[in-house]
Amino acid sequence: MSGYGIEDLVYILPIVFLLVWALVLVLVEAFTKRPDVTMLLAAFGLLAAVTLSVIQFGTEATAFKEMLTVDGYAVFVYMLVLASGLLSLGLAYDYNRRMGWARGEYYILMLFSIAGAMLMASAANLIVVFLALELLSIPLYVMAAFVPNDASSEEAGLKYFLLGAFAGGFVLYGVALIYGATGATNLMDVVAAALGTNSPVMLLTGAALILVGLGFKVALVPFHMWTPDVYQGAPTPVTAYMAVVAKAGGFAALFRVFIAAFPSVSADLTPVIATLVVLTLVVGNVAALAQKNIKRMLAYSSISHAGFLMMAFVTYGSALYADAVTSLLFYLLAFTVTSFGSWAVVIALEKAEGKGLDFEDYAGLGKKYPMLSAAMLVFLLSFAGVPPTLGFAGKFFLFRTVLEAGYAWLAIVGVIMSLVSAFYYLRVVRFMYFEQGDPEVRSEPVLNLVTAITVVGTIFLFLFSGPLLAWASEAVLALI
Amino acid sequence: MLLDNWLFVGLLVIVAAGIPAIVLVIARLLAPRKPNDAKLDTYECGMETVGDTWVQFKVQYYIYALVFLVFDVEIIFLYPWAVAFDHLDLLGVIAGVLFIFLLGDGLLYAWRKGALKWN
Amino acid sequence: MVAIEYYVILSAILFTLGIVGVLIRRNAIVIFMSIELMLNSANLAFIAFARQYNELNGQVFVFFVMTVAAAEVAVGLALMVTIFRTKHSIDVDQLSSLKG
Repeated sequence: MSGYGIEDLVYILPIVFLLVWALVLVLVEAFTKRPDVTMLLAAFGLLAAVTLSVIQFGTEATAFKEMLTVDGYAVFVYMLVLASGLLSLGLAYDYNRRMGWARGEYYILMLFSIAGAMLMASAANLIVVFLALELLSIPLYVMAAFVPNDASSEEAGLKYFLLGAFAGGFVLYGVALIYGATGATNLMDVVAAALGTNSPVMLLTGAALILVGLGFKVALVPFHMWTPDVYQGAPTPVTAYMAVVAKAGGFAALFRVFIAAFPSVSADLTPVIATLVVLTLVVGNVAALAQKNIKRMLAYSSISHAGFLMMAFVTYGSALYADAVTSLLFYLLAFTVTSFGSWAVVIALEKAEGKGLDFEDYAGLGKKYPMLSAAMLVFLLSFAGVPPTLGFAGKFFLFRTVLEAGYAWLAIVGVIMSLVSAFYYLRVVRFMYFEQGDPEVRSEPVLNLVTAITVVGTIFLFLFSGPLLAWASEAVLALI
Repeated sequence: MLLDNWLFVGLLVIVAAGIPAIVLVIARLLAPRKPNDAKLDTYECGMETVGDTWVQFKVQYYIYALVFLVFDVEIIFLYPWAVAFDHLDLLGVIAGVLFIFLLGDGLLYAWRKGALKWN
Repeated sequence: MVAIEYYVILSAILFTLGIVGVLIRRNAIVIFMSIELMLNSANLAFIAFARQYNELNGQVFVFFVMTVAAAEVAVGLALMVTIFRTKHSIDVDQLSSLKG
């Protein structure tokens, strides 16, 4: 009668495993009360989920009556968010102990949220998109407010919660309208019905509401106002995590929904999206110029990167959208690696009570800690898109696709904004190398490991960007 | 036909609102007004109120309410599950049982963390 | 039977009221109630459309939405309780320790 079988669970085994593992860890934490144990088990769970995803590579299937799709695109995002999970475990472990609030719940909440991001990449039904979005977000609200008795962390949590729930309302109402216009929420059925719909206004409104809701989540201008406050107030490892995973999940769902479901509305929505891109790029980069706090600067920088990622979107009505999605996935990878690296350096310099986060605190870093500042230099260059870094490859592929799709003016805006971004990234470099100061850094093994991995990744993956791009494009082929 | 029904409802609303309004107006016109302290008190009869009305409740109430909320919402899924129980296949039954285990997982956590203890 | 349009219009009005509430109210709990209004307006639309298409999916979605709303209530109220304990206010205008 239900029409589901064991094979449905097998298709989405990495997600199922992660969720069951998280539920088991809830009990482990409750009965042992040993955060270290929980953290190690969480890391093991993530590694096991990575293994399961690797095994799954090449699978193409739909599960639960076409509510979920497992394809190369989904598995690529699985890997990305699972790797992000491992990196943020590394960031959080030392930080939480240093700040004196190491608690096992943190890692469990993260596992739930990662499962939500994975579901977003797999969601082939609009109601699943909504549920996955909430599974991704609700643990994040708690994580943002995780620091006990700290007004700014709690404030960040509440702001993120109110704006996140608001955005969720938009997505849900959009889904309701699309359901009303087409009588379906399964993407395939929506596509079929959208071609012969008699209420294009309702369909278009629904699509626009989903765009607004997910735009909040990935911090597109003008839906970005929560971002700097939340990024600054949340504990830094949480900021690093949400900057990457919430974006990856949001973009993954946005792309599957819009590319798969609404080719018919692309002509109406492309100008809107182009406007969003330009606004996001300009506001994100210009506002970043004025920042003195490194967390706020990186927050605005992440807004501008959301703009770059969204650029790939403009081409979705054209024949080139396969290339567009490929370059999106590649850019997401570049952003993930670079972002975690830079946050690792920020965490290394951060002291208790939110000190050590101003640009001045980076003065003299180059002399005293040459390795750490060299790593930061690599990350900042990668953010700005300077070779030989992964960020350059990401921007290169992205701009090439946009050019080929005939949006030369947009590519030019992108290049100009990259130049603007170089200004504020290089300001940090100036402080590190040309100002006098005496920063204090405690060397912590796991944190150093994360920094090392990401710095090697940023350069090494650049050298192998060809094969990586091929992988990303293979992942996309399944989507189309 | 439909319109007639709504007309009736509309008339009822007007009459229903009108009667208490008329009574209030009559009372205001005819009743003598001699206020004193006892009459103006919040509760004219019964016990004297003690302290401020805006007392803060203990956070403990909140945690209890939270645990209750979980089991309150559980009914949303368990009720249809129970109604359709006869027609479910094995996986459908297992899904429902799993759901109960899921809630049990949360309850065990709350219990171990001392949320159910009243201090 | 009341025509489908009335339900859709009512749900659109409720949704708009929710948005307006979020934008103009200052008390975090009232803002959250407005968000709940937005979710429930979507629920109304789902049920109306389910009736129109004569299928059950729309009604089942409402169950899921109610569950999500309950989860959000739990987390949201917990956040508000903690913030009230530190700041003795949940007026969002007073949440301004984070500025750049």
